[in-house]
Amino acid sequence: MNHPADSRLAGVLAAGGFAVTAECGPPRGADPAVIRRKGALLAGYVDAVNVTDNQTAIVRLSSIAASAHLAAMGIEPVMQMVTRDRNRIALQSDILGAYSLGIRNILCLSGDHQRFGSQPEALNVFDIDSINLVRTVHDMGAAGKDMSGFALQGAPKMFIGAAANPFADPLDYRVVRLAKKIAAGAAFVQTQCVFNLERFARWMAMARDEGLTEKVHILAGVTPLKSKGMAQYMANQVAGMDVPEDIILRMGSVPKEKAREEGVAICLETIAALRQIDGVHGIHIMAIEWEEVVADIVKAARLWPRPGKAEQAEGRSPED
Amino acid sequence: MIVAERKPVAEIKNSLAPYDKVLILGCGTCVKTCFAGGEDEVAVLASALRLALKQSGQQLRFEELTVERQCEDEFIQEAGPAVGRNAAVLSLACGAGVQALARRFAAVPVLPGVNTTFIGVLEKPGLFTEECAGCGDCQLATFGGICPFTRCAKKLLNGPCGGSRQGRCEVHPDTDCAWHLIIERLNALGQMDRLKTYVPPKSWNRSLAGGPRKLIRKDHVL
Repeated sequence: MNHPADSRLAGVLAAGGFAVTAECGPPRGADPAVIRRKGALLAGYVDAVNVTDNQTAIVRLSSIAASAHLAAMGIEPVMQMVTRDRNRIALQSDILGAYSLGIRNILCLSGDHQRFGSQPEALNVFDIDSINLVRTVHDMGAAGKDMSGFALQGAPKMFIGAAANPFADPLDYRVVRLAKKIAAGAAFVQTQCVFNLERFARWMAMARDEGLTEKVHILAGVTPLKSKGMAQYMANQVAGMDVPEDIILRMGSVPKEKAREEGVAICLETIAALRQIDGVHGIHIMAIEWEEVVADIVKAARLWPRPGKAEQAEGRSPED
Repeated sequence: MIVAERKPVAEIKNSLAPYDKVLILGCGTCVKTCFAGGEDEVAVLASALRLALKQSGQQLRFEELTVERQCEDEFIQEAGPAVGRNAAVLSLACGAGVQALARRFAAVPVLPGVNTTFIGVLEKPGLFTEECAGCGDCQLATFGGICPFTRCAKKLLNGPCGGSRQGRCEVHPDTDCAWHLIIERLNALGQMDRLKTYVPPKSWNRSLAGGPRKLIRKDHVL
């Protein structure tokens, strides 16, 4: 596993700490105040903030620019990059550009298909797939060469992440795909939101059996639900999401005004359970348009304060 | 085969508005097989257009003809006299046929009557599915005979995305996940190890991305 020294997230994980990341969606507009406001809500409560790249195929302020705004505030970004919109020339160029702006973490994705977005008539690119994007970033950093083999003036040594969805089919193949991502150079993995703990645990067991948890840091995704409606929507309308019926029933069993509390309670129970699973090295909190709840969750989960630079160097984490 | 679909009558009618005599020219190969532009479809379209024009009080005369293949000059020439008698040609061939006609008959407008959609197969009666993108560098041996470039909505080469559920594609839930099919087939062939093999980025320079393609067969040059 490659842990670049100037990535805070890599430092926390290399030191054996339980990492906390959260998600932050850039605005549908050019106002950087939105990203700064979200960043301020997360600062100090997470080790790094994922910045989405035109998620659900809807045009937003670019992930590179939003990541740079956060970096300028002292918040470490995990820049998401999808292969949907750019060919290999643009991807490599943007990797170089992002690194030059101080961005040290990247999450390589294929991206939501444009059919789900606001401009389904758009042409997609998918010149390379997400595994090849992982490999490209890896080779640019490790070998200092672009895809043509040209020696770069300044290699972008990024901490490289990939996504995994333990809830997609076929289950047996999911671990094969994870192994391919690791072999391509992924050092950390962020998973789809975990609501079905039983299936997640099964996937983790398969990953452990293959020795993969020794080779990659797995950060389990969690999402606090706001309402029964949201749970149902995620269960039925969001591709690749697995929200069991008992979670939906539980969200519906409390009065509406208490639903958010219940959602946070479920989230905290999930985090507690995830921490008991061997090989889970952190959580990734996706509080969709609800960034203000992240601090409460991190504190209530006793994952705060986050390790500082000195603690990372000494190999301590908040659990120690 | 090349699969095509006839354009809506209203669209065709609008495109014919400037002309008084039109040749509806069918093609007896692919578009005949997919029921878009063979002899029968020429006759049906001519009737539908006559009816539509009558309802809107327009005058237009049609001549009907079908040649074996509109993408080969040898067959196109058969249509020469009929083309000469008309003000325009409505071609029910694929885009290659329409352009081959236009190349041969420089002075006559050639209009498309079908939308050329894909290279595909008749999966079952009434259902045509896209199978080949004509990328110029066939890798089907790697993928158990199922093309992810064509049949995966994200052109993934190294396994299914996180949206594959119960064998279906997240983009079109009525479409099979190509990778699910690949996994099933490699499993059946006892070639599951292939799934672990890293597949490098595809070179697109032999596809349309490299510009319009040509195939030169020196052994056939006269």
